[in-house]
Amino acid sequence: MLSFIVRRLAILVPTFLGVTFVAFILIRLVPGDPIEMMAGERGVDPARHAMLMTQYGLDRPLVVQYGIFLGHVLSGNLGQSVVTKQPVLTEFLSLFPATVELSLAAMLLAILVGLPAGILAAVKRGTPLDHLVMGASLTGYSMPIFWWALLLIIVFSGMLGWTPVSGRIDLLYYFDQPTGFMLIDSLLSDEPVDAFLSALSHLALPAIALATIPMAIIARQTRSAMLEVLSEDYVRTARAKGLSPLRVVGLHALRNALIPVITVIGLQLGTLFSGAILTETIFAWPGIGKWLIEAIGRRDYPAVQGGLLLIAVTVMLVNLAIDLLYGLVNPRIRHGG
Amino acid sequence: MAAAELPDDTLAGKGRPPGPLAEFWHYFSANGGAVAGLVLIALLFLGSILAGFVAPHDPAEQFRDHILSPPVWQAGGSGSFLLGTDAVGRDILSRLVFGARYSLLIGSIVVSLSLCLGVVLGLLAGYAGGIVETIILRLMDILMSIPALLLAIVVVAILGPGLINAMIAVALVSLPGYTRLTRAAVLAEIRRDYVVASQVVGAGHLRLMFMVILPNCAAPLIVQASLGFSDAILNTAALGFLGLGAQPPASEWGTMLADSREFVLRAWWVVTFPGLAILLTVLAFNLLGDGLRDALDPKLKRS
Repeated sequence: MLSFIVRRLAILVPTFLGVTFVAFILIRLVPGDPIEMMAGERGVDPARHAMLMTQYGLDRPLVVQYGIFLGHVLSGNLGQSVVTKQPVLTEFLSLFPATVELSLAAMLLAILVGLPAGILAAVKRGTPLDHLVMGASLTGYSMPIFWWALLLIIVFSGMLGWTPVSGRIDLLYYFDQPTGFMLIDSLLSDEPVDAFLSALSHLALPAIALATIPMAIIARQTRSAMLEVLSEDYVRTARAKGLSPLRVVGLHALRNALIPVITVIGLQLGTLFSGAILTETIFAWPGIGKWLIEAIGRRDYPAVQGGLLLIAVTVMLVNLAIDLLYGLVNPRIRHGG
Repeated sequence: MAAAELPDDTLAGKGRPPGPLAEFWHYFSANGGAVAGLVLIALLFLGSILAGFVAPHDPAEQFRDHILSPPVWQAGGSGSFLLGTDAVGRDILSRLVFGARYSLLIGSIVVSLSLCLGVVLGLLAGYAGGIVETIILRLMDILMSIPALLLAIVVVAILGPGLINAMIAVALVSLPGYTRLTRAAVLAEIRRDYVVASQVVGAGHLRLMFMVILPNCAAPLIVQASLGFSDAILNTAALGFLGLGAQPPASEWGTMLADSREFVLRAWWVVTFPGLAILLTVLAFNLLGDGLRDALDPKLKRS
């Protein structure tokens, strides 16, 4: 197991270096140099420009600049936002829990609906129910979620008036946020019930919008994995033994069908973040996605650079964790390759 | 001799194996969804070519007396604006019809760009192996470790917003899919006898790569290209929605949605129809892709 972990980490190193290089070089592809960028529309006079170039090390060779950048990144220094003058890492970390909360809620919803729907479609193969699930899944998979989010707002906020349109909680409630997760922090506040319900009603629509695509993919994948497993000999044996259908499907088949499904869930992470950018923008959800879009709008390049890097590293680390988990569960993977 | 005189539709004619195209159509047409997708795509192409004749109005013309006029079936709707008008009085149906041009053009250009580049990189990686393969695969790993839409957004932020830059960005993020798919297909083919035979006869590297191996990797690439259309349309529309793609007053569907966001609670039709157009187009390409996969995959055919 240890050699497996070391191998996986070794693969990660060149990718990490590559991502840092991409983040480093992208910001230098922006028209104008970083000093002009920081000065903004006021501009700087040539003498001060040259001084600043030396001060920031921008007159040195690109390779040296990259080395310095990498050193800073490894020591946790991702630069300062041009607009707020806050360290990028601090801003990122203060908004990160909001995105994690939204993504976890969406993923949970996707699994809770997608998994049973896929199992049901496989067991009832060829019936109208199967067609319904597959049709809904294909539609969900093709959904432009920025439009879907607007439709949800039209119906649930506009026509029915059930849910608020934006934010994480009513402005009425103000309390400390030790965990950064609104659902948990609201329970710890002075008015746990009301605050929790408010947080939940703010979370509902964004989570549904963000859950749609993973839900569709999980349902599809579960169905095809289940169909494959249900035709295996050991399932027939289990049936022949006289086990109840529920036991055969729920215990014998599902356990093996879950392996590819878990992989697919892991692979949804990048997609989930892409979706979070759109969902957060539409629902004014104060997370990383909205922050990045605003940073791009304000031409706050250090924030964009740092955010890009941190998100890529987060995706890499979660993928690594899933890989390791997978190796732990499935010995064939650990010892092969 | 007698058999040769028989007309084609007798036993002798039926015994002949069907051509590859006829066989493909046999499997493809058995899939109702795929045919529906194909029909919808054909209609879209037709509609966008003939947009000038099909659309009732000029997509940019502003009818000042009909601002935010609802669709025809709703109270206050007008018969000359079937799907209503937007906030400056432009006919939504006409804008949608002309918008189909954008979506199909975006899909075609993005898929061609990423397919061509991805195929070349994948062929190189699979054929050359060694250090070339490692470098190409690591590059693709880097591209894939950044969420697709985020990478596209950052690329557009640097190149500047606009339709062309958005398409370049979307083509870039779909590159790894084609590269990895081509490489995998090449690895499956390269040890086959027919490749070795061509090599023995003296075919050069380029000939082996493009003329011998590539045609036999076509099936998964065709499927991926069809599915790639939907990704391209979705991602470019998302960029348009975020204000980074086609710029107003272009009637690109994502841009139309961005324009109408503030009316979401006042005029549902301004928001609903452009999104519905995106959904149906993407759905059609996904149906087509699924149908192509089933028809081209020999493993599935037999079952």
